Amino acid sequence: MMDRGALIGGVIFALLLAMPVLLPIVGAEYLTGLLIKAMLLAIAAISLDLIIGHGGMVSLGHAAFIGVGAYATAIGLESGIEEILVLLAITLAVTGGLALVTGTLALRTSGVYFLMITLAFGQMIYFTLTSLAAYGGDDGLTLWSLATFFGSDIVQEGEGLYFFVFAALFLTWLGVWRISQSRFGRVLRAARDNPQRAEVMGYPIARYQLIAYVIAACIAGVSGLLLVQYAEFVSPSIAAWQRSGDLIVAVVLGGLGSRNGAILGAFFIVIMEEFLSSIFHEWRLIYGPLLVVLVLYAKGGLNDLLHPKSREAS
Amino acid sequence: MLAIEHLYKSFGALQVSKDISLSVATGQCHAVIGPNGAGKTTLIHQISGVLRQDSGRVLLGGQDVSHLSVWERVQAGLGRTFQITSVLPSFSVLENVATAVQAKTGSSLKFFARAADEAALNEKAQATLSRVGLGDRIDRPAADLSHGELRLLEIAIALAGSPKFLLLDEPMAGLGKTESAALIDLLNDLRSDFPMLLVEHDMDAVFQLADEVSVLVEGEIVARGTPSEVRENPQARAAYLGDGA
Repeated sequence: MMDRGALIGGVIFALLLAMPVLLPIVGAEYLTGLLIKAMLLAIAAISLDLIIGHGGMVSLGHAAFIGVGAYATAIGLESGIEEILVLLAITLAVTGGLALVTGTLALRTSGVYFLMITLAFGQMIYFTLTSLAAYGGDDGLTLWSLATFFGSDIVQEGEGLYFFVFAALFLTWLGVWRISQSRFGRVLRAARDNPQRAEVMGYPIARYQLIAYVIAACIAGVSGLLLVQYAEFVSPSIAAWQRSGDLIVAVVLGGLGSRNGAILGAFFIVIMEEFLSSIFHEWRLIYGPLLVVLVLYAKGGLNDLLHPKSREAS
Repeated sequence: MLAIEHLYKSFGALQVSKDISLSVATGQCHAVIGPNGAGKTTLIHQISGVLRQDSGRVLLGGQDVSHLSVWERVQAGLGRTFQITSVLPSFSVLENVATAVQAKTGSSLKFFARAADEAALNEKAQATLSRVGLGDRIDRPAADLSHGELRLLEIAIALAGSPKFLLLDEPMAGLGKTESAALIDLLNDLRSDFPMLLVEHDMDAVFQLADEVSVLVEGEIVARGTPSEVRENPQARAAYLGDGA
Protein backbone atom coordinates (compact mmCIF):
# COMPACT_ATOMS: atom_id res chain seq x y z
CA MET A 1 0.00 0.00 0.00
CA MET A 2 1.48 3.33 -1.09
CA ASP A 3 0.21 6.07 1.19
CA ARG A 4 0.63 9.74 0.59
CA GLY A 5 3.45 10.18 3.11
CA ALA A 6 5.52 7.52 1.38
CA LEU A 7 4.74 9.11 -1.98
CA ILE A 8 5.87 12.58 -0.92
CA GLY A 9 8.95 11.08 0.71
CA GLY A 10 9.65 9.21 -2.52
CA VAL A 11 9.42 12.43 -4.53
CA ILE A 12 11.79 14.21 -2.13
CA PHE A 13 14.37 11.45 -2.37
CA ALA A 14 14.02 11.12 -6.14
CA LEU A 15 14.70 14.86 -6.48
CA LEU A 16 17.71 14.64 -4.18
CA LEU A 17 19.01 11.69 -6.13
CA ALA A 18 18.66 13.57 -9.42
CA MET A 19 20.31 16.77 -8.15
CA PRO A 20 23.95 15.94 -8.93
CA VAL A 21 22.83 15.35 -12.53
CA LEU A 22 20.54 18.40 -12.75
CA LEU A 23 22.66 20.97 -10.96
CA PRO A 24 25.59 21.12 -13.38
CA ILE A 25 23.06 21.62 -16.21
CA VAL A 26 21.55 24.72 -14.59
CA GLY A 27 25.05 25.80 -13.68
CA ALA A 28 24.77 25.84 -9.91
CA GLU A 29 27.31 23.43 -8.47
CA TYR A 30 27.55 25.47 -5.32
CA LEU A 31 24.04 24.25 -4.52
CA THR A 32 25.47 20.78 -3.92
CA GLY A 33 27.11 22.08 -0.76
CA LEU A 34 23.87 23.74 0.28
CA LEU A 35 21.96 20.50 -0.20
CA ILE A 36 24.51 18.56 1.82
CA LYS A 37 24.10 21.09 4.62
CA ALA A 38 20.34 20.74 4.41
CA MET A 39 20.53 16.95 4.42
CA LEU A 40 22.79 16.99 7.49
CA LEU A 41 20.34 19.24 9.31
CA ALA A 42 17.50 16.97 8.17
CA ILE A 43 19.20 13.87 9.62
CA ALA A 44 19.52 15.54 13.02
CA ALA A 45 15.98 16.95 12.80
CA ILE A 46 14.48 13.53 12.02
CA SER A 47 16.28 12.06 15.02
CA LEU A 48 14.97 14.87 17.22
CA ASP A 49 11.46 14.23 15.93
CA LEU A 50 11.71 10.68 17.25
CA ILE A 51 11.89 12.03 20.78
CA ILE A 52 9.81 15.21 20.39
CA GLY A 53 7.16 14.22 17.85
CA HIS A 54 6.75 10.56 18.70
CA GLY A 55 8.05 10.55 22.26
CA GLY A 56 6.77 13.90 23.53
CA MET A 57 10.15 14.67 25.12
CA VAL A 58 11.19 18.20 24.18
CA SER A 59 14.97 18.28 24.38
CA LEU A 60 16.87 21.55 24.10
CA GLY A 61 20.25 19.86 24.07
CA HIS A 62 20.12 17.73 20.96
CA ALA A 63 22.79 19.64 19.04
CA ALA A 64 25.27 18.65 21.74
CA PHE A 65 25.14 15.12 20.37
CA ILE A 66 25.99 16.44 16.92
CA GLY A 67 28.97 18.11 18.56
CA VAL A 68 29.98 14.95 20.40
CA GLY A 69 29.73 12.91 17.20
CA ALA A 70 31.75 15.51 15.32
CA TYR A 71 34.47 15.69 17.97
CA ALA A 72 34.63 11.91 18.34
CA THR A 73 35.22 11.74 14.60
CA ALA A 74 37.70 14.62 14.55
CA ILE A 75 39.70 13.24 17.45
CA GLY A 76 39.64 9.83 15.82
CA LEU A 77 41.01 11.33 12.60
CA GLU A 78 43.68 13.25 14.51
CA SER A 79 44.76 9.99 16.14
CA GLY A 80 45.19 8.41 12.74
CA ILE A 81 41.98 6.42 12.41
CA GLU A 82 40.80 6.93 8.85
CA GLU A 83 38.29 4.19 8.06
CA ILE A 84 34.84 5.78 8.19
CA LEU A 85 33.16 2.62 9.48
CA VAL A 86 35.53 2.52 12.44
CA LEU A 87 34.91 6.21 13.06
CA LEU A 88 31.20 5.47 12.85
CA ALA A 89 31.49 2.78 15.50
CA ILE A 90 33.42 5.17 17.77
CA THR A 91 30.86 7.92 17.21
CA LEU A 92 27.94 5.62 18.01
CA ALA A 93 29.63 4.30 21.13
CA VAL A 94 30.52 7.74 22.47
CA THR A 95 27.21 9.50 21.72
CA GLY A 96 25.17 6.47 22.75
CA GLY A 97 27.06 6.08 26.02
CA LEU A 98 26.77 9.74 26.84
CA ALA A 99 23.05 9.72 26.00
CA LEU A 100 22.55 6.70 28.22
CA VAL A 101 24.00 8.55 31.20
CA THR A 102 22.41 11.97 30.60
CA GLY A 103 19.12 10.41 29.49
CA THR A 104 18.82 8.28 32.63
CA LEU A 105 19.10 11.43 34.71
CA ALA A 106 17.02 13.69 32.44
CA LEU A 107 14.14 11.21 32.22
CA ARG A 108 13.52 11.51 35.91
CA THR A 109 11.77 14.70 34.86
CA SER A 110 9.31 15.63 32.16
CA GLY A 111 7.89 18.65 30.40
CA VAL A 112 9.64 21.95 30.96
CA TYR A 113 12.00 20.37 33.51
CA PHE A 114 13.15 17.87 30.92
CA LEU A 115 13.77 20.80 28.60
CA MET A 116 15.84 22.57 31.26
CA ILE A 117 17.91 19.54 32.19
CA THR A 118 18.68 18.67 28.56
CA LEU A 119 19.66 22.31 28.04
CA ALA A 120 21.97 22.05 31.04
CA PHE A 121 23.59 18.83 29.80
CA GLY A 122 23.91 20.35 26.35
CA GLN A 123 25.71 23.40 27.74
CA MET A 124 27.98 21.22 29.85
CA ILE A 125 28.97 19.34 26.72
CA TYR A 126 29.39 22.59 24.80
CA PHE A 127 31.74 24.06 27.41
CA THR A 128 33.65 20.80 27.66
CA LEU A 129 34.26 21.00 23.91
CA THR A 130 35.44 24.61 24.15
CA SER A 131 37.96 23.52 26.76
CA LEU A 132 39.58 20.87 24.58
CA ALA A 133 42.73 22.93 24.07
CA ALA A 134 44.54 20.13 22.25
CA TYR A 135 41.76 20.13 19.64
CA GLY A 136 41.43 23.85 19.04
CA GLY A 137 39.40 24.94 22.04
CA ASP A 138 37.05 27.81 21.22
CA ASP A 139 38.45 28.25 17.72
CA GLY A 140 37.83 24.74 16.55
CA LEU A 141 40.02 22.46 14.55
CA THR A 142 40.77 22.23 10.84
CA LEU A 143 41.21 18.67 9.65
CA TRP A 144 43.99 17.92 7.21
CA SER A 145 42.97 14.37 6.54
CA LEU A 146 39.46 13.01 6.08
CA ALA A 147 37.86 9.63 6.49
CA THR A 148 38.14 6.94 3.85
CA PHE A 149 35.69 4.23 2.86
CA PHE A 150 37.49 0.88 2.71
CA GLY A 151 40.67 2.80 1.96
CA SER A 152 39.14 4.81 -0.87
CA ASP A 153 38.77 8.59 -0.76
CA ILE A 154 35.41 8.44 -2.56
CA VAL A 155 33.45 9.76 0.44
CA GLN A 156 35.62 12.86 0.86
CA GLU A 157 34.09 15.31 -1.57
CA GLY A 158 31.85 15.95 -4.54
CA GLU A 159 29.31 13.40 -5.65
CA GLY A 160 30.75 10.61 -3.53
CA LEU A 161 30.21 12.59 -0.36
CA TYR A 162 26.82 13.79 -1.62
CA PHE A 163 25.56 10.26 -2.14
CA PHE A 164 27.02 9.08 1.14
CA VAL A 165 25.08 11.78 2.99
CA PHE A 166 22.05 11.04 0.85
CA ALA A 167 22.21 7.37 1.86
CA ALA A 168 22.51 8.34 5.52
CA LEU A 169 19.46 10.60 5.23
CA PHE A 170 17.45 7.95 3.45
CA LEU A 171 18.27 5.29 6.05
CA THR A 172 17.47 7.71 8.86
CA TRP A 173 14.14 8.68 7.27
CA LEU A 174 13.19 5.06 6.68
CA GLY A 175 14.48 3.79 10.00
CA VAL A 176 12.87 6.41 12.22
CA TRP A 177 9.52 6.01 10.48
CA ARG A 178 9.65 2.25 10.85
CA ILE A 179 10.60 2.61 14.51
CA SER A 180 7.67 4.96 15.07
CA GLN A 181 5.24 2.44 13.59
CA SER A 182 6.77 -0.60 15.29
CA ARG A 183 5.79 -2.17 18.59
CA PHE A 184 8.44 -0.06 20.26
CA GLY A 185 7.21 3.14 18.61
CA ARG A 186 3.65 2.37 19.58
CA VAL A 187 4.66 2.21 23.23
CA LEU A 188 6.64 5.43 22.81
CA ARG A 189 3.62 7.20 21.29
CA ALA A 190 1.35 5.78 23.97
CA ALA A 191 3.65 7.19 26.65
CA ARG A 192 3.57 10.57 24.90
CA ASP A 193 -0.24 10.55 24.69
CA ASN A 194 -0.87 9.50 28.27
CA PRO A 195 2.07 8.26 30.37
CA GLN A 196 -0.14 7.12 33.24
CA ARG A 197 -2.30 5.03 30.92
CA ALA A 198 0.71 3.48 29.20
CA GLU A 199 2.14 2.48 32.57
CA VAL A 200 -1.17 0.97 33.65
CA MET A 201 -1.18 -1.05 30.43
CA GLY A 202 1.95 -2.68 31.87
CA TYR A 203 4.80 -0.78 30.22
CA PRO A 204 7.90 0.49 32.07
CA ILE A 205 7.72 3.67 30.02
CA ALA A 206 10.95 5.30 31.20
CA ARG A 207 12.88 2.39 29.69
CA TYR A 208 11.28 2.94 26.28
CA GLN A 209 11.85 6.67 26.47
CA LEU A 210 15.51 6.13 27.35
CA ILE A 211 16.04 3.80 24.41
CA ALA A 212 14.45 6.38 22.07
CA TYR A 213 16.67 9.08 23.55
CA VAL A 214 19.78 7.00 22.95
CA ILE A 215 18.75 6.13 19.38
CA ALA A 216 18.10 9.81 18.63
CA ALA A 217 21.46 10.81 20.09
CA CYS A 218 23.28 8.18 18.02
CA ILE A 219 21.68 9.45 14.81
CA ALA A 220 22.57 13.04 15.73
CA GLY A 221 26.13 11.81 16.32
CA VAL A 222 26.20 10.37 12.81
CA SER A 223 25.16 13.73 11.40
CA GLY A 224 28.10 15.19 13.34
CA LEU A 225 30.46 12.67 11.77
CA LEU A 226 29.23 13.58 8.30
CA LEU A 227 29.43 17.28 9.12
CA VAL A 228 33.15 16.90 9.85
CA GLN A 229 33.62 15.05 6.59
CA TYR A 230 31.81 17.83 4.70
CA ALA A 231 33.20 20.92 6.46
CA GLU A 232 36.72 19.56 7.07
CA PHE A 233 36.49 21.58 10.24
CA VAL A 234 34.93 21.23 13.65
CA SER A 235 34.18 23.82 16.31
CA PRO A 236 32.15 23.88 19.53
CA SER A 237 29.59 26.24 17.94
CA ILE A 238 27.84 23.28 16.32
CA ALA A 239 26.93 22.05 19.81
CA ALA A 240 25.58 25.38 21.05
CA TRP A 241 22.05 25.50 22.37
CA GLN A 242 21.01 27.86 19.57
CA ARG A 243 21.65 24.97 17.19
CA SER A 244 19.35 22.80 19.30
CA GLY A 245 16.76 25.56 18.94
CA ASP A 246 17.16 25.48 15.15
CA LEU A 247 16.48 21.76 15.21
CA ILE A 248 13.30 22.27 17.23
CA VAL A 249 12.20 24.95 14.75
CA ALA A 250 12.82 22.52 11.87
CA VAL A 251 10.78 19.79 13.52
CA VAL A 252 7.87 22.01 14.56
CA LEU A 253 7.84 23.87 11.25
CA GLY A 254 7.83 20.63 9.30
CA GLY A 255 5.14 18.97 11.38
CA LEU A 256 5.68 17.04 14.61
CA GLY A 257 5.68 13.27 14.38
CA SER A 258 4.99 13.28 10.65
CA ARG A 259 6.75 11.22 8.08
CA ASN A 260 8.41 13.96 6.04
CA GLY A 261 8.03 16.99 8.29
CA ALA A 262 11.57 17.07 9.68
CA ILE A 263 13.07 16.94 6.18
CA LEU A 264 10.77 19.65 4.88
CA GLY A 265 11.47 21.84 7.90
CA ALA A 266 15.24 21.41 7.64
CA PHE A 267 15.31 22.18 3.92
CA PHE A 268 13.03 25.16 4.40
CA ILE A 269 15.34 26.61 7.04
CA VAL A 270 18.56 26.12 5.07
CA ILE A 271 17.12 27.34 1.80
CA MET A 272 15.33 30.35 3.28
CA GLU A 273 18.43 31.37 5.18
CA GLU A 274 20.52 31.16 2.04
CA PHE A 275 17.96 32.87 -0.16
CA LEU A 276 16.95 35.66 2.21
CA SER A 277 20.50 36.41 3.30
CA SER A 278 21.58 36.72 -0.33
CA ILE A 279 18.98 39.38 -1.14
CA PHE A 280 18.76 41.29 2.12
CA HIS A 281 21.35 41.88 4.80
CA GLU A 282 18.86 42.12 7.67
CA TRP A 283 17.20 38.92 6.45
CA ARG A 284 16.15 37.83 9.93
CA LEU A 285 13.62 40.66 9.88
CA ILE A 286 11.76 38.68 7.23
CA TYR A 287 12.60 35.21 8.48
CA GLY A 288 11.19 35.77 11.98
CA PRO A 289 7.73 36.98 10.94
CA LEU A 290 7.62 34.27 8.27
CA LEU A 291 8.07 31.60 10.96
CA VAL A 292 5.33 33.20 13.05
CA VAL A 293 2.92 33.16 10.11
CA LEU A 294 3.74 29.54 9.28
CA VAL A 295 3.31 28.32 12.82
CA LEU A 296 0.03 30.23 13.20
CA TYR A 297 -1.55 29.23 9.92
CA ALA A 298 -0.12 25.79 9.29
CA LYS A 299 -0.50 24.07 12.64
CA GLY A 300 0.46 20.65 11.33
CA GLY A 301 3.53 22.22 9.75
CA LEU A 302 4.71 22.12 6.15
CA ASN A 303 3.84 18.46 6.05
CA ASP A 304 0.15 19.28 6.47
CA LEU A 305 0.27 21.84 3.67
CA LEU A 306 1.19 19.01 1.33
CA HIS A 307 -1.58 16.71 2.46
CA PRO A 308 -4.01 18.55 4.67
CA LYS A 309 -6.76 15.97 5.08
CA SER A 310 -5.09 12.62 5.32
CA ARG A 311 -3.73 12.60 8.85
CA GLU A 312 -1.27 9.82 9.35
CA ALA A 313 -1.08 7.74 12.47
CA SER A 314 1.34 9.82 14.41
CA MET B 1 -7.81 -13.60 44.12
CA LEU B 2 -7.03 -10.24 45.68
CA ALA B 3 -6.19 -10.03 49.35
CA ILE B 4 -5.29 -6.97 51.34
CA GLU B 5 -3.80 -7.57 54.76
CA HIS B 6 -3.60 -4.96 57.51
CA LEU B 7 -2.86 -2.00 55.31
CA TYR B 8 -1.69 1.16 57.07
CA LYS B 9 -0.83 4.46 55.46
CA SER B 10 -0.47 7.96 56.82
CA PHE B 11 0.52 11.32 55.44
CA GLY B 12 2.20 13.03 58.38
CA ALA B 13 -0.28 13.06 61.23
CA LEU B 14 -3.20 12.18 58.96
CA GLN B 15 -3.93 8.49 58.95
CA VAL B 16 -5.63 7.60 55.68
CA SER B 17 -5.61 3.81 55.92
CA LYS B 18 -6.09 2.11 59.26
CA ASP B 19 -5.74 -1.64 59.34
CA ILE B 20 -7.62 -2.29 56.12
CA SER B 21 -8.06 -5.94 55.28
CA LEU B 22 -10.28 -7.44 52.66
CA SER B 23 -10.26 -10.27 50.19
CA VAL B 24 -12.06 -10.94 46.96
CA ALA B 25 -12.56 -14.50 45.77
CA THR B 26 -12.81 -15.71 42.19
CA GLY B 27 -16.14 -14.80 40.63
CA GLN B 28 -16.84 -12.16 43.22
CA CYS B 29 -17.48 -8.46 43.14
CA HIS B 30 -16.48 -6.59 46.25
CA ALA B 31 -17.58 -2.98 46.56
CA VAL B 32 -15.96 -0.29 48.68
CA ILE B 33 -18.16 2.66 49.52
CA GLY B 34 -17.61 5.64 51.74
CA PRO B 35 -18.01 9.40 51.90
CA ASN B 36 -15.59 11.75 50.16
CA GLY B 37 -12.29 11.86 51.97
CA ALA B 38 -12.74 8.39 53.44
CA GLY B 39 -9.53 7.17 51.82
CA LYS B 40 -10.95 5.26 48.87
CA THR B 41 -8.57 6.79 46.35
CA THR B 42 -5.60 6.22 48.65
CA LEU B 43 -6.66 2.60 48.94
CA ILE B 44 -6.82 2.25 45.16
CA HIS B 45 -3.41 3.87 44.82
CA GLN B 46 -1.95 1.37 47.27
CA ILE B 47 -3.48 -1.57 45.45
CA SER B 48 -2.31 -0.36 42.05
CA GLY B 49 1.14 0.66 43.25
CA VAL B 50 0.97 4.44 42.84
CA LEU B 51 1.50 4.75 46.60
CA ARG B 52 3.38 2.44 48.93
CA GLN B 53 1.69 1.31 52.12
CA ASP B 54 3.46 2.02 55.43
CA SER B 55 2.80 -1.54 56.47
CA GLY B 56 0.64 -4.46 55.44
CA ARG B 57 0.52 -6.46 52.23
CA VAL B 58 -1.30 -6.64 48.93
CA LEU B 59 -1.57 -10.12 47.43
CA LEU B 60 -2.67 -10.92 43.93
CA GLY B 61 -3.49 -14.55 43.24
CA GLY B 62 -1.38 -15.49 46.25
CA GLN B 63 1.64 -13.48 45.07
CA ASP B 64 2.81 -10.63 47.26
CA VAL B 65 2.81 -7.57 45.00
CA SER B 66 3.26 -5.01 47.79
CA HIS B 67 6.67 -3.92 46.59
CA LEU B 68 6.11 -4.04 42.85
CA SER B 69 5.78 -0.90 40.75
CA VAL B 70 2.65 0.08 38.86
CA TRP B 71 3.58 -1.61 35.60
CA GLU B 72 4.86 -4.74 37.33
CA ARG B 73 1.52 -5.17 39.09
CA VAL B 74 -0.25 -4.88 35.75
CA GLN B 75 2.06 -7.53 34.36
CA ALA B 76 1.28 -9.65 37.43
CA GLY B 77 -2.40 -9.54 36.49
CA LEU B 78 -3.96 -6.39 37.87
CA GLY B 79 -6.24 -4.49 35.49
CA ARG B 80 -7.65 -1.13 36.39
CA THR B 81 -9.85 1.68 35.18
CA PHE B 82 -9.64 5.29 36.22
CA GLN B 83 -12.17 7.55 37.84
CA ILE B 84 -11.35 10.23 35.29
CA THR B 85 -11.32 8.71 31.82
CA SER B 86 -7.79 7.84 30.75
CA VAL B 87 -7.22 6.58 27.21
CA LEU B 88 -4.72 7.33 24.42
CA PRO B 89 -6.55 10.18 22.66
CA SER B 90 -4.54 10.26 19.42
CA PHE B 91 -4.83 6.50 18.89
CA SER B 92 -7.77 4.80 17.21
CA VAL B 93 -10.14 2.81 19.39
CA LEU B 94 -8.66 -0.42 18.07
CA GLU B 95 -5.06 0.69 18.61
CA ASN B 96 -5.85 1.72 22.19
CA VAL B 97 -6.85 -1.83 22.96
CA ALA B 98 -4.21 -3.45 20.72
CA THR B 99 -1.54 -1.52 22.64
CA ALA B 100 -2.83 -3.02 25.85
CA VAL B 101 -2.87 -6.52 24.30
CA GLN B 102 0.70 -5.98 23.10
CA ALA B 103 1.89 -5.33 26.66
CA LYS B 104 1.08 -8.96 27.50
CA THR B 105 1.97 -10.55 24.17
CA GLY B 106 5.67 -10.93 23.44
CA SER B 107 8.40 -8.34 23.58
CA SER B 108 7.74 -4.73 22.72
CA LEU B 109 11.41 -4.19 21.93
CA LYS B 110 10.76 -4.73 18.25
CA PHE B 111 11.79 -1.81 16.12
CA PHE B 112 11.02 -2.55 12.51
CA ALA B 113 7.84 -4.50 11.76
CA ARG B 114 4.62 -2.50 11.72
CA ALA B 115 2.69 -3.12 14.92
CA ALA B 116 -0.60 -2.20 13.26
CA ASP B 117 -0.21 -5.20 10.92
CA GLU B 118 -0.06 -7.78 13.71
CA ALA B 119 -3.21 -9.81 13.23
CA ALA B 120 -3.02 -11.55 16.62
CA LEU B 121 -3.05 -8.21 18.46
CA ASN B 122 -5.82 -6.77 16.32
CA GLU B 123 -8.04 -9.83 16.59
CA LYS B 124 -7.84 -9.96 20.36
CA ALA B 125 -8.47 -6.20 20.52
CA GLN B 126 -11.45 -6.51 18.24
CA ALA B 127 -12.94 -9.38 20.24
CA THR B 128 -12.50 -7.39 23.45
CA LEU B 129 -14.15 -4.33 21.92
CA SER B 130 -17.07 -6.43 20.71
CA ARG B 131 -17.51 -7.81 24.19
CA VAL B 132 -17.93 -4.33 25.70
CA GLY B 133 -20.15 -3.22 22.82
CA LEU B 134 -17.73 -1.00 20.90
CA GLY B 135 -17.32 -3.41 17.98
CA ASP B 136 -18.57 -0.84 15.47
CA ARG B 137 -16.28 1.95 16.67
CA ILE B 138 -12.87 0.39 16.10
CA ASP B 139 -11.57 2.80 13.46
CA ARG B 140 -12.63 5.99 15.20
CA PRO B 141 -10.04 8.13 16.95
CA ALA B 142 -10.51 7.68 20.68
CA ALA B 143 -10.83 11.45 21.03
CA ASP B 144 -14.09 11.33 19.03
CA LEU B 145 -15.93 8.99 21.39
CA SER B 146 -18.73 10.10 23.69
CA HIS B 147 -18.20 10.01 27.44
CA GLY B 148 -20.17 6.79 27.78
CA GLU B 149 -18.19 5.13 25.00
CA LEU B 150 -14.93 6.22 26.62
CA ARG B 151 -15.94 4.51 29.86
CA LEU B 152 -16.44 1.32 27.86
CA LEU B 153 -13.11 1.79 26.08
CA GLU B 154 -11.40 2.03 29.46
CA ILE B 155 -12.90 -1.28 30.45
CA ALA B 156 -11.84 -2.82 27.14
CA ILE B 157 -8.27 -1.60 27.71
CA ALA B 158 -8.27 -3.16 31.17
CA LEU B 159 -9.69 -6.45 29.86
CA ALA B 160 -7.26 -6.59 26.95
CA GLY B 161 -4.40 -7.45 29.25
CA SER B 162 -6.29 -10.60 30.37
CA PRO B 163 -6.08 -9.55 34.02
CA LYS B 164 -6.59 -11.88 36.93
CA PHE B 165 -8.35 -9.12 38.77
CA LEU B 166 -10.11 -5.84 37.95
CA LEU B 167 -9.90 -2.69 39.99
CA LEU B 168 -12.73 -0.38 38.94
CA ASP B 169 -12.56 3.20 40.15
CA GLU B 170 -16.04 4.69 39.85
CA PRO B 171 -16.86 3.26 36.44
CA MET B 172 -20.34 4.83 36.55
CA ALA B 173 -19.02 8.37 37.02
CA GLY B 174 -20.80 10.81 34.74
CA LEU B 175 -23.07 8.26 33.09
CA GLY B 176 -26.81 8.75 32.51
CA LYS B 177 -29.44 6.30 33.70
CA THR B 178 -29.61 4.15 30.56
CA GLU B 179 -25.83 4.06 30.13
CA SER B 180 -25.41 3.08 33.78
CA ALA B 181 -27.90 0.27 33.42
CA ALA B 182 -26.08 -1.05 30.36
CA LEU B 183 -22.72 -0.86 32.14
CA ILE B 184 -24.13 -2.70 35.17
CA ASP B 185 -25.26 -5.49 32.82
CA LEU B 186 -21.81 -5.62 31.25
CA LEU B 187 -20.00 -5.77 34.60
CA ASN B 188 -22.40 -8.46 35.79
CA ASP B 189 -21.49 -10.45 32.72
CA LEU B 190 -17.73 -9.92 33.25
CA ARG B 191 -17.78 -10.82 36.91
CA SER B 192 -17.58 -14.57 36.42
CA ASP B 193 -14.33 -14.19 34.43
CA PHE B 194 -12.81 -11.30 36.29
CA PRO B 195 -13.15 -10.90 40.04
CA MET B 196 -13.45 -7.20 40.78
CA LEU B 197 -13.07 -4.54 43.39
CA LEU B 198 -15.55 -1.79 42.72
CA VAL B 199 -15.25 1.66 44.22
CA GLU B 200 -18.44 3.44 43.40
CA HIS B 201 -20.76 6.21 44.47
CA ASP B 202 -23.75 4.94 42.52
CA MET B 203 -25.64 2.91 45.12
CA ASP B 204 -27.87 1.28 42.51
CA ALA B 205 -24.78 -0.17 40.87
CA VAL B 206 -23.27 -1.26 44.18
CA PHE B 207 -26.39 -3.02 45.35
CA GLN B 208 -26.91 -4.77 42.03
CA LEU B 209 -23.33 -5.88 41.48
CA ALA B 210 -21.64 -6.45 44.81
CA ASP B 211 -21.52 -9.76 46.62
CA GLU B 212 -19.95 -8.01 49.54
CA VAL B 213 -19.69 -4.35 50.53
CA SER B 214 -17.11 -2.67 52.75
CA VAL B 215 -17.89 0.73 54.18
CA LEU B 216 -14.81 2.91 54.53
CA VAL B 217 -14.94 5.88 56.89
CA GLU B 218 -11.90 7.94 57.83
CA GLY B 219 -9.53 5.27 56.59
CA GLU B 220 -11.17 2.47 58.49
CA ILE B 221 -13.61 -0.22 57.46
CA VAL B 222 -16.57 0.32 59.80
CA ALA B 223 -18.97 -2.18 58.36
CA ARG B 224 -18.94 -5.13 56.00
CA GLY B 225 -21.53 -7.51 54.68
CA THR B 226 -23.88 -8.30 51.85
CA PRO B 227 -25.56 -5.27 50.28
CA SER B 228 -28.75 -5.85 52.26
CA GLU B 229 -26.84 -6.26 55.53
CA VAL B 230 -24.94 -3.06 54.92
CA ARG B 231 -28.16 -1.26 54.05
CA GLU B 232 -29.50 -2.18 57.49
CA ASN B 233 -26.28 -1.52 59.39
CA PRO B 234 -26.77 1.56 61.56
CA GLN B 235 -23.08 2.54 61.46
CA ALA B 236 -23.01 2.41 57.70
CA ARG B 237 -26.22 4.38 57.44
CA ALA B 238 -24.96 7.06 59.74
CA ALA B 239 -21.65 7.32 57.98
CA TYR B 240 -22.69 7.27 54.42
CA LEU B 241 -26.10 6.27 53.31
CA GLY B 242 -27.95 8.96 55.22
CA ASP B 243 -31.27 8.38 56.89
CA GLY B 244 -33.21 8.50 53.68
CA ALA B 245 -31.52 5.46 52.14
